Amino acid sequence: MMKKNGAQILVEGLKREGVKVIFGFPGGAVLNIYDELFDATFLRHILVRHEQGAVHAADGYARASGKPGVCLVTSGPGATNTVTGVATAYMDSIPIVVFTGQVPTALVGNDAFQEADIVGITRPCTKYNFLVKDIKDLARTIKEAFYIATTGRPGPVLIDLPKDITSNTTDFSYPNKVAIRGYNPVYEGHPGQIKKALQLILDSTRPVIYSGGGIISSSAFRELKALAEKLNIPVTTTLMGLGGFPSNHRLSLGMLGMHGTYWANMAVTECDLLIAIGARFDDRVTGKVDEFAPRARTIHIDIDPTSISKNVRVDIPIVGDAKSILKGLITYLGKQKGLEKIKVSNKKWLSQIEKWKRTHPLNYKKGKEIKPQYVVEKLYELTKGEAIISTEVGQNQMWASQFYRFDKPRTFLSSGGLGTMGYGFPAAIGAQAAFPKKTVIDIAGDGSIQMNIQELTTAVQHNLPVKIAILNNRYLGMVRQWQELFYRKRYSHSNIEMAPDFVKLAEAYGALGLRAERPEEVVPIIREALRSNKPVLMDFIVSREEGVYPMVPAGAPIDKMLLV
Amino acid sequence: MGEILRHTISILVENKFGVLARVAGLFSARGFNIESLAVAETMDPTVSRMTIITLGNQQIIEQITKQLNKLVDVIKVSNLSGENFIDREMVLVKVAAQESTRAEVLRIVDIFRGKVVDVSPGSYVIEVTGDEEKIEAILGLLQPLGIREVVRTGKVAMARGQ
Ligand SMILES: Cc1ncc(C[n+]2csc(CCOP(=O)(O)OP(=O)(O)O)c2C)c(N)n1
Ligand SMILES: [Mg+2]
Repeated sequence: MMKKNGAQILVEGLKREGVKVIFGFPGGAVLNIYDELFDATFLRHILVRHEQGAVHAADGYARASGKPGVCLVTSGPGATNTVTGVATAYMDSIPIVVFTGQVPTALVGNDAFQEADIVGITRPCTKYNFLVKDIKDLARTIKEAFYIATTGRPGPVLIDLPKDITSNTTDFSYPNKVAIRGYNPVYEGHPGQIKKALQLILDSTRPVIYSGGGIISSSAFRELKALAEKLNIPVTTTLMGLGGFPSNHRLSLGMLGMHGTYWANMAVTECDLLIAIGARFDDRVTGKVDEFAPRARTIHIDIDPTSISKNVRVDIPIVGDAKSILKGLITYLGKQKGLEKIKVSNKKWLSQIEKWKRTHPLNYKKGKEIKPQYVVEKLYELTKGEAIISTEVGQNQMWASQFYRFDKPRTFLSSGGLGTMGYGFPAAIGAQAAFPKKTVIDIAGDGSIQMNIQELTTAVQHNLPVKIAILNNRYLGMVRQWQELFYRKRYSHSNIEMAPDFVKLAEAYGALGLRAERPEEVVPIIREALRSNKPVLMDFIVSREEGVYPMVPAGAPIDKMLLV
Repeated sequence: MGEILRHTISILVENKFGVLARVAGLFSARGFNIESLAVAETMDPTVSRMTIITLGNQQIIEQITKQLNKLVDVIKVSNLSGENFIDREMVLVKVAAQESTRAEVLRIVDIFRGKVVDVSPGSYVIEVTGDEEKIEAILGLLQPLGIREVVRTGKVAMARGQ
């Protein structure tokens, strides 16, 4: 058998797992690994400028490509800098594998230089984590980490590697199977439950599908569309579910929840059957949970049994993979008679929804200033809807979700669960690394972009021509909006006029900087940015006090919306 | 959401470092309560058994069970409270032993089939095993005689029959 040291085993493991790109930042505890990476030609290492950027980039890579994202950082501060990124991926069920260096095993627990108990720190925000204490366990640990991250409900897995483990040697063999007796995710839905669900669907007259990120992680896009079309069932998606159902489809209701469309929220409130698929009844979706879908029976399809009946009572729970369960439903449906009648009766329901849509469409008032919504609309038009869009957090995120019309899965990358400002730009870098030829745009806020602006260097160094579109309102806009509505316009510490000149900043980093101050400048600037093969930062000076509407005030039922 | 009841949950887990922290962390992070916890190796040295007594309504207990099952290191979860089971706890009681009370202490220990495991000039240490009712009863009787200290193991439990 071949002898290998820990660093060699790690690099070989990455190769066996099909890893092509790794995002990292070196330090003392991972020097052996970096030395090994020096010769690893199969692997592209992208050197970030802050470890948080590495994790978000790995996350963006994973969301865009469907493959696990990988990053490597050193011990202590390198490891603690990953925590926000790990928690972000955890909340949104994104498969990433994070390798952290650790002090040598003999020093673990001694408060040694650059020691942090990263396994303890990340225990509540990883799907699983490992501290490798014996070189003999390393190969199996790597195998298990990728397996756990990518199967069942996906999520981040962290492997902590003491420095001596990376230099110790052992006989190397890489396992080709994984057997973890406590971990056996269920994929097939229970046929009895699927049949019961089918009956509810056939009996309903006002059904709505409420679909989430699970549609995307299980690649159930086609099946979802097929089910909806078979019976004329309208589909609303969560923020995480955007792109899981084509926005331009006649059955699409757009997003629901706090900043969802009027008609999606009304449809959910009035429906007699709610079919939740790969969604978890988050409070930003349900509003006042006791009054969520009050007239509906509920079917809940989810791969994670703990998501079911956590926040709401469910009539028919089905645990399993969305794709396989939807396939099952469609098969049973094929054997049913009288579907045409149901299709027609659902049409009445659709025409009711159409009325809601006409009374309160998504709207904004045009003016002399650039409207942020207008910028997003133009980004959509000029990219023909074919860009990968990431977002920061705040108003920018909501306008992106409302006005860019996502038609394909894995084209919308946004921190939904944790709401991490600073996510979007490194995530865009990760997506660009996965798809060097595609247009990748971070729709950003002037506040959020400053949280990981250092990654401009990364984009420039690695020729990742990401575009940033700052909707620059000189405010922490979403904070300001809440203060406007709920704190009598007392704008306490949300004014961020004091900001760098973003155009000059972009240039200082070696990127292209462009600015638009009037509506007629928007289109030419987007065109110029899209033509460039460099990273470009577009600074759109937008009207300052624009609000995101509709808005459901926190804790209110979702049919009680503030409208434009 | 249903009545709040006491449940005895028996879990088989990997016998590895960090597993107790994962289980305890799950309870604390989600605001579930642990009334008692006992952990030890099973016949298979790679597996440990945890017996957890917790309180909750049906929905909470369902969440606890599902969340425990979701942990990678948890091999099997059984909620014994639904079935026929036996539980036992051991306590050590240090009780004052004056001239006047010594005989009474010994009589109580005898009735409860306990044992005196240490004798010092002013006190006895008594060992008793039993279910909750029995433990509470003996503690109630010893109380007036002067209990100095009580140490309880937490309950262990087992289903009857198969
Ligand atoms: C790391 C982090 N800190 C604080 C917040 C709270 N927060 C949510 S939105 C927001 C304002 C974001 O401002 P900006 O990036 O300019 O976006 P805008 O809302 O103006 O579009 C803040 C501070 C957060 N989501 N993330
Ligand atoms: Mg702003």
